[in-house]
Amino acid sequence: MIVLRRLATALPVIAGVIVVTFLLTRALPGDPAVYFAGPAATKQAIEEIRHQLGFDRSLPVQFLDYLERLAHADLGTSLTTGQPVLTELLTRLPASGELMLLALFLSVGIAVPLGITAAMRPGSGVDHACRVVTTAGVSLPTFFTGLLLVYVFYYLLGVAPAPLGRLDVFFSAPPQHSGFYLIDSLLAGDIETFCAALGQLVLPAATMAIFTLAPLARITRAAMLEALGSEFIRTARASGLSGPRIVFVYAFRNAVLPVITTLGVVLSFMLGANVLVEKVFAWPGIGSYAVDALIASDYAPVQGFVLMMALLYVLLNLVIDLVYGVVDPRVRLEA
Amino acid sequence: MTAALRHARYVLGENPVTAFAFALFFVFALCAALGPALAPYDPLASNAGESLAGPSAAHWFGTDQLGRDILSRIVVATRLDLGIATTAVVLAFAIGALSGLAAGYYGGWIDRIVGRAVDTIMAFPLFVLAMGIVAALGNSVANIVIATAIINLPIYARLARAEANVRRGAGFVEAARLCGNSEARIVLGQLLPNILPLMMVQVSLTLGYAILNAAGLSFIGLGVRPPTAEWGIMVAEGASFIVSGEWWVAFFPGIVLMTAVFCFNLMGDGLRDIVDPQRRT
Repeated sequence: MIVLRRLATALPVIAGVIVVTFLLTRALPGDPAVYFAGPAATKQAIEEIRHQLGFDRSLPVQFLDYLERLAHADLGTSLTTGQPVLTELLTRLPASGELMLLALFLSVGIAVPLGITAAMRPGSGVDHACRVVTTAGVSLPTFFTGLLLVYVFYYLLGVAPAPLGRLDVFFSAPPQHSGFYLIDSLLAGDIETFCAALGQLVLPAATMAIFTLAPLARITRAAMLEALGSEFIRTARASGLSGPRIVFVYAFRNAVLPVITTLGVVLSFMLGANVLVEKVFAWPGIGSYAVDALIASDYAPVQGFVLMMALLYVLLNLVIDLVYGVVDPRVRLEA
Repeated sequence: MTAALRHARYVLGENPVTAFAFALFFVFALCAALGPALAPYDPLASNAGESLAGPSAAHWFGTDQLGRDILSRIVVATRLDLGIATTAVVLAFAIGALSGLAAGYYGGWIDRIVGRAVDTIMAFPLFVLAMGIVAALGNSVANIVIATAIINLPIYARLARAEANVRRGAGFVEAARLCGNSEARIVLGQLLPNILPLMMVQVSLTLGYAILNAAGLSFIGLGVRPPTAEWGIMVAEGASFIVSGEWWVAFFPGIVLMTAVFCFNLMGDGLRDIVDPQRRT
């Protein structure tokens, strides 16, 4: 029931997203047909594309046409590869997904304990470290952090593999099940490939985690400070409950709500930073696909990418809201 | 006024980091204003004999693949980088504040339209939306500014709306209305000055984000084109030399970019301490 109601509130947002992506296709400067036809097109080819894409019809008709295409999961065709955009995006999605998931785990796994420890001992060394991390983290350009890590761990120390994609050329990709190399290689029982894939993943995932760590650590610290200072914690202490029980069961349970809310912002950061990180590490995901298309003035993949990322983000926000309801019974009651 | 100044001095004295951030901002502003005059070399003059030379007394930050002096390029790029970010933030501020004020003060259909527009922008991962906008409008510096302005707009619109909504029934608004002020005059003459301090804090914080965003866009090859000196594009040019050990080509523009963002973030925190003491951390 809650799920359905929440889904209903997402509908106008999805409608807005679709209108905006449609307008982005229409806003192309000059003649959109010329852009979609590419730089080497003849006059006849341009006319053909104009007709094919419906640019010779009125705007509302074009919008309906666009909707119909979307309903058939048709995002157009890439000029450079000649493949349907959706197929290309879907084949590249697991690479980006694996990277972002690992980065998210890293980021939450470091930020939350750091924030909690900092809040438990305000003014201590950990607290200062937390403050430095939160201020410096948001100021670091992701692409710059990535390059620094490559320089230190690949060039200077030689412990990381070359920043060239998901797997070293000496390895072949594991048989496809989930599309995640880490899972697929384990399923195939191929530990060597697993280690190689993990080695390629660590630096880009760390780069993204460093960028997204800051807001999470900051909000965890603030929320924990507030929770630990509240009356019910004093009561719990006075009642003689054990330290860990107070911190994790009583305080953290309450402090986790703003942290989950911040996850929404963090995911927005992450989906954006993904583009830059993939470019730095030559990662064969959807971000670098969009960048390559953008540089080649191949617009259909870019529009498809923007739409896909927006829908993904709406979906992730939905999931966050549902998690929110699971964690906090009050939210469920209000709904 | 003197009380406010004394308070500002007290907060700055308490937090030397903020004072440091203001000093740093002054340096950046100086570079932006006098850029070409301060740079020791011509930022575009290539010198094949000195390509990829490491940092030395003659070239403090080394030279790039064409033998151009990196320090000079960084100094000259300040104006462009800060210019893009500032213009974008001013645009976002102006449009966001006005639409947010109107939404919060009048409510009704204006509120619904502004709210819907803001929600739609926020439904996109912001950097991705900026990419899409630049792709659609065309690959130019002006469009980088527009894209950066659009993705920063929701913050201002939401803040202005919330603050105007709280104050629409306040005593001073009622008094102004009784004196016969027009609605527009109340919004611009009474409400706007009241929310201005809070908005200024946001300006400083979003400036840092705007710089990062613009540099990110030019890093992936949008907007600024070589050989123009710009921090993001300089890091991109240096990226290919990182794996062969010529770290300075990407390092120095990157570290300056980071310092600029850091400076604006610290300044924003400091300004908030002055404007809104309750939220001091």
